[in-house]
Amino acid sequence: MPAVSKGDGMRGLAVFISDIRNCKSKEAEIKRINKELANIRSKFKGDKALDGYSKKKYVCKLLFIFLLGHDIDFGHMEAVNLLSSNKYTEKQIGYLFISVLVNSNSDLISLINNAIKNDLSSRNPTFMNLALHCIANVGSREMAEAFAAEVPRILVAGDTMDSVKQSAALCLLRLNRTSPDLVLMGEWTARVVHLLNDQHLGVVTAATSLITTLAQKSPEDFKTSVSLAVARLSRIVSSASTDLQDYTYYFVAAPWLSVKLLRLLQCYPPPEDGAIRGRLTECLETILNKAQEPPKSKKVQHSNAKNAVLFEAISLIIHHDSEPTLLVRACNQLGQFLQHRETNLRYLALESMCTLASSEFSHEAVKTHIETVINALKSERDVSVRQRAVDLLYAMCDRSNAKQIVAEMLSYLETADYSIREEIVLKVAILAEKYAVDYTWYVDTILNLIRFAGDYVSDEVWYRVIQIVINRDEVQGYAAKTVFEALQAPACHENLVKVGGYILGEFGNLIAGDSRSSPLIQFDLLHSKFHLCSVPTRALLLSAYIKFINLFPEVKGTIQEVLRSDSQLRNADVELQQRAVEYLRLSSIASTDILATVLEEMPPFPERESSILAKLKRKKGPGNLHPDLDENRKERSANGGTADHSSTTSNAKSSPLSFVGDLLAPASTAPPTNRPRPVSSSYLLQAPLTPIPLQASAVPVLLSAGPLFQVAASPTPSTDLLGLGSTITTQNSAPPASKGTSLLVDVFSENIAAFPVETPVAVGPVADENFSRFVCKNNGVLYENQLLQIGLKSEFRQNLGRMYVFFGNKTSTQFMNFAASVVCQDTLQAQLNVHAKPADPTVDGGAQLQQILNIECMSDFVDAPVLNIQFRYGGTLQNVAVKLPITLNKFFQPTEMTSQDFFQRWKQLGAPQQEVQKIFKAKHSMDTEVTKAKIMGFGAALLDGVDPNPSNFVGAGVIHTKTTQVGCLLRLEPNTQAQMYRLTLRTSRDTVSQRLCDLLSEQF
Amino acid sequence: MIKAILIFNNHGKPRLSKFYEHYSEDTEQQIIRETFHLVSKRDENVCNFLEGGMLIGGSENKLIYRHYATLYFVFCVDSSESELGILDLIQVFVETLDKCFENVCELDLIFHVDKVHNILAEMVMGGMVLETNMNEIITQVDAQNKMEKSEVRL
Repeated sequence: MPAVSKGDGMRGLAVFISDIRNCKSKEAEIKRINKELANIRSKFKGDKALDGYSKKKYVCKLLFIFLLGHDIDFGHMEAVNLLSSNKYTEKQIGYLFISVLVNSNSDLISLINNAIKNDLSSRNPTFMNLALHCIANVGSREMAEAFAAEVPRILVAGDTMDSVKQSAALCLLRLNRTSPDLVLMGEWTARVVHLLNDQHLGVVTAATSLITTLAQKSPEDFKTSVSLAVARLSRIVSSASTDLQDYTYYFVAAPWLSVKLLRLLQCYPPPEDGAIRGRLTECLETILNKAQEPPKSKKVQHSNAKNAVLFEAISLIIHHDSEPTLLVRACNQLGQFLQHRETNLRYLALESMCTLASSEFSHEAVKTHIETVINALKSERDVSVRQRAVDLLYAMCDRSNAKQIVAEMLSYLETADYSIREEIVLKVAILAEKYAVDYTWYVDTILNLIRFAGDYVSDEVWYRVIQIVINRDEVQGYAAKTVFEALQAPACHENLVKVGGYILGEFGNLIAGDSRSSPLIQFDLLHSKFHLCSVPTRALLLSAYIKFINLFPEVKGTIQEVLRSDSQLRNADVELQQRAVEYLRLSSIASTDILATVLEEMPPFPERESSILAKLKRKKGPGNLHPDLDENRKERSANGGTADHSSTTSNAKSSPLSFVGDLLAPASTAPPTNRPRPVSSSYLLQAPLTPIPLQASAVPVLLSAGPLFQVAASPTPSTDLLGLGSTITTQNSAPPASKGTSLLVDVFSENIAAFPVETPVAVGPVADENFSRFVCKNNGVLYENQLLQIGLKSEFRQNLGRMYVFFGNKTSTQFMNFAASVVCQDTLQAQLNVHAKPADPTVDGGAQLQQILNIECMSDFVDAPVLNIQFRYGGTLQNVAVKLPITLNKFFQPTEMTSQDFFQRWKQLGAPQQEVQKIFKAKHSMDTEVTKAKIMGFGAALLDGVDPNPSNFVGAGVIHTKTTQVGCLLRLEPNTQAQMYRLTLRTSRDTVSQRLCDLLSEQF
Repeated sequence: MIKAILIFNNHGKPRLSKFYEHYSEDTEQQIIRETFHLVSKRDENVCNFLEGGMLIGGSENKLIYRHYATLYFVFCVDSSESELGILDLIQVFVETLDKCFENVCELDLIFHVDKVHNILAEMVMGGMVLETNMNEIITQVDAQNKMEKSEVRL
């Protein structure tokens, strides 16, 4: 007999629904609904008490109306009243209404809670289940407050029915999700874990979900679940398919439970106990073996269920990443699935292989499937699958196969779905750069990207190619030749014009010897694109033209003619007009020497994180990135310091995406000036166009808008082509205009040019050799070279600090134009304030100059500020950049506490994200006294007699920042035999735990 | 975790919507429309998984769906769920509906929306799988029907 017979439907409901379905128009439908709503409202409000059947009918009507997308703003009270009915039918419909229509912040919650409380204590399993469902569905804070203590009791009580236990487990899980602080497992933990042994597989399934979530939060407390889960899994896996009766699904024994158990095990590292580990390995092998057996049924459900378990087993193998044989078997299995006729399996195989590719044991094995994956990219009908193939190709790429993979991705790009083109472009750009041995290949690849998918090539990509060409002499001629050829195409993408304009402007001379690409031909070619381009591109081309005037005096006349034309000089766009006027004037007045200096070739860019990578990360989240790339990023950002003036760039843009928009940003973005300036000069400075080398300071006033060059000589915007934090140098000693400097610097930092202006000096790498020595101490020599020695003395209290920096001139000659500034890059700007008091611009031979830095920690931070020093020694400009050892631990205040307090707090900080642990090899001798001194120097209080093991060290303290205080506990466990340490940090903030752990672990 | 369970027909008319996270009513309707748009344009015989729409968390979430005759059954889940496991769960749901309604069709879902909710509640609770054993589910549903009948007689 069917559970619902067709005859027992409600006639009134059926009529209403039919009416709605027969409505010819939206208006008619709304009219009919409003009529019905009015009817129900009057029935609810009426004097006559409604019987259960009518209430149910009306509630069903309301649900239907709600499903159609209409608001229901009444009936809630009636529903709540139904909850207290003794009739199942009424109670049930009341709960249904509430779980669909009541949201968590309804003011009826207290009434609902009352009804739930009664039902929970009713000992009627059906009512209890209804109540538990309601809690789980609404899951509000008030409900958690009311029932967080009761639900666990029901869950572990001996006399609770199985179906209620199931509901209670999931109800508790829900409350733990919404209000983790209220759900205290404490005393229940062991009994909840024990549910894994329950007779009823439904209870075990629900309990496994619960334990998995709890274990993610406090792995230590639920550690015992590992052995039980392995035992349970092993029993299921080795059972005959009929043993589990109803829980056998299409000949597969309890597939959902197996999946859940395998997920639970992924919360933990491989079991330490050899026996359990062996048993688990056996299970995993059995699951892998079963995949090779002939199917017990031809139904798709059978293979689905079987493979659900298999994929989860493979995930666990990848997660453990410790058994090479299993990993290789997993890889082979996935390889088989790559060619399976089921699309779902191909999809999942590609996805799993992506994670497998980052394991060192299996990276090579994954690579063997490259042809299949490429084939998938070409032939899969489903864009979801093709997207996974792209991800996998990206993940399996290394130096050995980069050319092949990049070529395949490029050729796929021509036909790729629009939705994934941008991502592919980014991936190709990253791989091409990362694995470029030969930069001509890189240039070709990027130009092809622009050719095939110009619209999807974001600014970051073309900035990057220019940056690389500028930094690598060997590729410049080739790049010029290639863009010149690419520009020959009758229709080329605007991005190509940008790259072409930039590169020919810089390196057009390298191909000018060939009569086919003589200066005039180059210019004509570029100018033929001019009128089709947008304003920013035209502005860039104008800058390329002025560079041509310098490179090729023979085309000066032609270009001046162009600049002089009304369409330029009187262009409606102020930016273009500005450039035309200035360039024309510059080219007419300046001598060849001056032009040559002003328009000199760009200096190399400082190496920094590829903004392409940053963009991909934003698009995809960090999880999908190749780990190597992440590491590279770290290295680069560590060396990424460039000159800056922290106090003046605090409001500089932080997002590379705003870059282009900033190009023409109005003057209003500049901060208030402390001195009125001529309007004309401000305009000139905003227009981020004129390449101004340092030497320009020697140039007398060139234009009527004189201040430009005086000022420009000192604040020189460096080339923020990548847009990652603006980088500005200031020279305090710059002659007359120095007062206006800070303002002008800001103007530049807000408006960095698409055609970047030259930096005065190449900024070298940031020195950080001695950085880590200062983590546990405050005084010493930070940096030394043949000319200069930098010493530090610093003191910190709470979130403030003062640092005395001593610059010693080791030579007998005076340092001129001495300037030191501190740069906080990117996010650090908001996290740390470093104010440098001005210092003398000269340092006599053998003398020492002191500069005071005032430091304020706003919030926890990772990166370190960079100290940039510039001075003139003899005739040459010296540039030194040193990482300043201002680290998070400097803002520690030690806290003494008793053993009991310590362990209580230790437990409170038990969430997985709060704890960071590192196991590492000792780099120095493992001397107890030295270790103690280091921990104290690190800033924490060293707590004696707290750890039961006397050879361990524990410490406690509070990190003070302006916004918060973060309590920190640490524990260092030396293992002298293995010459290893285990360091554990627990703080209330994950970023703090991570940073402190990183800092301290470097010290031993 | 299962974020939402949606059933709509080939024209995008919703037949069941159950959200396990709170959204405003407007957003819920938009999510239904967006999901329909994403799912309905896919060919038959492509895979049953795709990245979620922007409104329901984008690529953090997956849509796992099956198309039966006139109806789409779509589960929106986060990364903690097994794709194939959910696919099987949809199958169990449909088979259970089929047993309860005898050859279930779209009209049954329309006229018995309360029953469908009840059956679903026996399988999924607060976004987590409660029971996967069809016999157990049907036993529960039967018991409820009996109670209803006995109350009607009273």
